[in-house]
Amino acid sequence: MSESIGNEMYTLRINGQDRPVVDAWVGESLLYVLRERLELPGAKGACEQGECGSCTVLMDGDAVCSCLVMAATAVGAEIVTVEGLIEKDPSMAATAEVIASQITDVQQAFITEGGVQCGFCTPGLIVAVHHLLDKNPDPTELQVKESISGNICRCTGYGRIFAAVEAVVQVRKASR
Amino acid sequence: MTVAVPLSLIEAFDELARTPDARLIQGGTDLMVEINFNHVKPVDVIALRRIKELRTWQVNSNNTITIGSGVPYQEMEVGQLKELLPALAEAARTVGSPQIRAAGTLGGNLGTCSPAGDGLPVLFALDAIVHLQSLKSSRDLSIHEFMLGVKRNARHTNEIITGVTVPVLDGWQGYAKVGVRNAMVISVASACLAVDKKNNSVRIALGAVGPTIIRCRDAESWLVQQLDLTSATSIDTTIAQEFGRRVALESKPIDDHRSTAEYRRHAVGVLAQRLITRAYTS
Repeated sequence: MSESIGNEMYTLRINGQDRPVVDAWVGESLLYVLRERLELPGAKGACEQGECGSCTVLMDGDAVCSCLVMAATAVGAEIVTVEGLIEKDPSMAATAEVIASQITDVQQAFITEGGVQCGFCTPGLIVAVHHLLDKNPDPTELQVKESISGNICRCTGYGRIFAAVEAVVQVRKASR
Repeated sequence: MTVAVPLSLIEAFDELARTPDARLIQGGTDLMVEINFNHVKPVDVIALRRIKELRTWQVNSNNTITIGSGVPYQEMEVGQLKELLPALAEAARTVGSPQIRAAGTLGGNLGTCSPAGDGLPVLFALDAIVHLQSLKSSRDLSIHEFMLGVKRNARHTNEIITGVTVPVLDGWQGYAKVGVRNAMVISVASACLAVDKKNNSVRIALGAVGPTIIRCRDAESWLVQQLDLTSATSIDTTIAQEFGRRVALESKPIDDHRSTAEYRRHAVGVLAQRLITRAYTS
């Protein structure tokens, strides 16, 4: 059945959980809903016109700009945010040490290779790189560049980010 | 405000009957920018993204391809669509970023009808047929009749753009655009060239240099007299240059925040020259 949503509740499927969105204007972007309504501030808002990629999330397996998704139209879609890439152990407290032990190989490589400076673009890039390597475990340099061409970083000059991607590719290859 | 998310065309027409002034959205990459910047506050929205019948494409028996209005650009960059419609694949690859190409669709490009829409010059060069459907009827319009002006098209408010049909041509085809940088850019000027060997014709369509996409009929017919399109393996630089000059003459660019008319006119001439040179050097 078609779902018609007025200014009442709708439910989104985010990081494997059903998350009700209550008392929200239905024209809000997914980015706004994630950050302001659902306490998921990982996706960042900068350009709000799909140019910077800092709000990148996965929607039904595609990397998309959450600022350009009307949240209410995302009912029925599987959404994964940067928070959802980590497989959390719910029995452990969220201390800094615990979180550090749970970060993904891509996140660790960004830290180790110096791919994080101011950090604003990082969550979007982490999602984009996970998306790339899930689909293509051994990308060429051009494929890496194209796949993150929608994510603007003004600090690093991208060199350290490419190094981080390459490091993940090599580690994953070795452990295959 | 209401947001409807129909799962089939029938449900979408029900919603459209209930809210006749609703904004239709596919990937949302145009409308959400307007909303985010408070340029519009729509009363009702019907989102078409979950209608499966709009997200498919097929090769027809008469050597044409029908692409549903909800097929995202990323699907046109690869596989059989890329093989059979190389110009569309090249245009798709220049749309925004991977994130935009995962969401953006030809249906959205047609609905918005911006002269800078990257899919549109390809549809004009291929003489695409646009399929429109309402609850009770359906009609097919030539793309040349569909696009009326800047962000204006011939869709009636009770209709949904269901897809387009384009021919598979025998001959080189490609797309080129100029923007302020390489990635993620709205075109300042663009061009699609397609050679149709079977009919001994060449088609060139220009984007972002007029209120609609422009087909350069004079330059097309001039070139056919200079060059045997079916057997030529190379092209004289002087012919390519003159072709570019004639194409530029047919553009109708304006000055705006993205570029000047003068630069745009020059740029489409260069693009046309490059495209025809690429067509006859491989």
